[in-house]
Amino acid sequence: MELIVQGIIKAFQLIFSFDPEVLGITWLSLKISGTATFISLFIGVSIGTLVALTNFPGKRIVISIINTGMGLPPVVVGLFVTIIIWRSGPLGFLEILYTPYAMIIAQAIIATPIVMGISLASIQNLPPNLRLQILSLGASRMQMVWVLIKESRLPLLAAVMAGFGGVISEVGASIMVGGNIKGYSRVLTTATVMETGKGNFDIAIALGIILLLLAFLVNLLLTQIQQRQHPR
Amino acid sequence: MNNILTVQNLIVRRGGVKVLDIGALNVQESRILALIGPNGAGKSTLLLTMAGLLKPDQGEMCYKNRPVKSSADRSRMRKSVCVVFQEPLLLNTTVYKNVALGLKFRSLTNGEIRKNVEDALDYFGISSLAGRSAKTLSGGESKRVSLARAFALKPELILMDEAFNSLDPPTRETLIDDLRHVLEETKITAVLALHDREETLRLAQDVTVMSEGRLIQSGATAQIFNQPDSEFVANFVGTETILEGTVKKSNAGLMEISIAGKTIEAMGNYPPGQDVYCCIRPENITVLQDTPEKTSARNTFKARIQKIVRQAFFYKMILDCGFPVVAYVTVSSCDDLGLCEGSTIIASFKATAVHVMKREK
Repeated sequence: MELIVQGIIKAFQLIFSFDPEVLGITWLSLKISGTATFISLFIGVSIGTLVALTNFPGKRIVISIINTGMGLPPVVVGLFVTIIIWRSGPLGFLEILYTPYAMIIAQAIIATPIVMGISLASIQNLPPNLRLQILSLGASRMQMVWVLIKESRLPLLAAVMAGFGGVISEVGASIMVGGNIKGYSRVLTTATVMETGKGNFDIAIALGIILLLLAFLVNLLLTQIQQRQHPR
Repeated sequence: MNNILTVQNLIVRRGGVKVLDIGALNVQESRILALIGPNGAGKSTLLLTMAGLLKPDQGEMCYKNRPVKSSADRSRMRKSVCVVFQEPLLLNTTVYKNVALGLKFRSLTNGEIRKNVEDALDYFGISSLAGRSAKTLSGGESKRVSLARAFALKPELILMDEAFNSLDPPTRETLIDDLRHVLEETKITAVLALHDREETLRLAQDVTVMSEGRLIQSGATAQIFNQPDSEFVANFVGTETILEGTVKKSNAGLMEISIAGKTIEAMGNYPPGQDVYCCIRPENITVLQDTPEKTSARNTFKARIQKIVRQAFFYKMILDCGFPVVAYVTVSSCDDLGLCEGSTIIASFKATAVHVMKREK
């Protein structure tokens, strides 16, 4: 119990002393996970919408694969990304292993199926005749798709929250492809793992609290936007 | 009268099954056409095809004398045709923005959009709802918004699929009146898929009866209801009495028809020996306690009341005149005459009230 209390006290000390190292780690976590979520939003919504609105043979199998991807284990993603960007791997020439770029790629791969799956389900959940109604009002195909995406904005914001929550909290892939290099690729989760390993539980708890606080603030912001979408 | 839309030899398949097989259908400009038929008759599929939302597998369609073949043709046609679906299908935003949706696709200025939206809201008496969220509206209000959204576009042709479904009777009544008023005022051509006879009679000038993806009979509303040309149409338009008979005599437009050993008189020119159906609408049968001394009705039969079924505002009586006949009697008449099951009465109807159709053996 004392350990936890010490950890909380340490966390507030770290937060309110504006420790440059902690601020750096927090800012990097936010940057990497934010960028990865943004990329996953673009890819996930596009493909999710396309799959939802198109009929093709094997559609159910594709949906099953996307849904399976929503539970993609970060260490498996980390492993495959490492192999691909390893010096002798197919993208080894990019020389991005143990860089924030590699972490963004890995996190985007983790978040994309989450965003894709929720987008797909939300577009599929719209009334079947809605797209015909929009077309009959004179919309082009692109206008129709845009209206449908806008109409799904509430579940899509939930998709952003789920995607961001998934990547800000993952550690396996980040440690494997980022290397946890101090001041360069160290993020809140990898730093927490390292401090726990070193027995610095108070710092680990402090970092954990900051991570939770960060996730809460981002979700609070997105929830505010989501709930504001309800016209009165 | 010009045809705004014509359809020829149209075939639509879904999942390899032919769901629509239309020989010819013309929609006349500034008229209101009702497509009626039972569920699964293909009314909605025909509406979607006519709206350019469904590509037919075969056949020709012309909109304002221009063939509609390619997807570009259909897309162009959609700029002047609008569909109102069974469900209101409103977006999760304000009523104003919902009504403005189609106008935005037409690249109008904000001023033009505002004017059209305000006019359309006014048409359907929902100006006060402009700022409300569409999700908070009642069923009737939502339906009005979906109609206003379509009329705001000032389309040349409006297609409505079961527009009054799932509305409570008072809401439905007022909406039908308002829609009729708006259609009369705007002169917009309308095709309405309906399955309610009363709605059809109140709104449509022309009727096409459909069954199993085919057109069964087309004509003016009065003609379809009073002179159905098949047993199916007669049944569907509410001709409760359809009797099988044979023409005994035919002279100067008046026929004597033998039905179950009795003779009825009807107008027509079928030759003696011709097998026919005699259709009598229930509202054309008069129920009396005694044989009248003086009557213009040529057919008067003593009948026994077999069954009385209470309907909303009248009784439906199944009478046995030697052949079965269905009559409607108002609640007050029924009480005044003291009618009950088993009692004997007089049923009479005019020769002109009997619609005779040829019957194939």
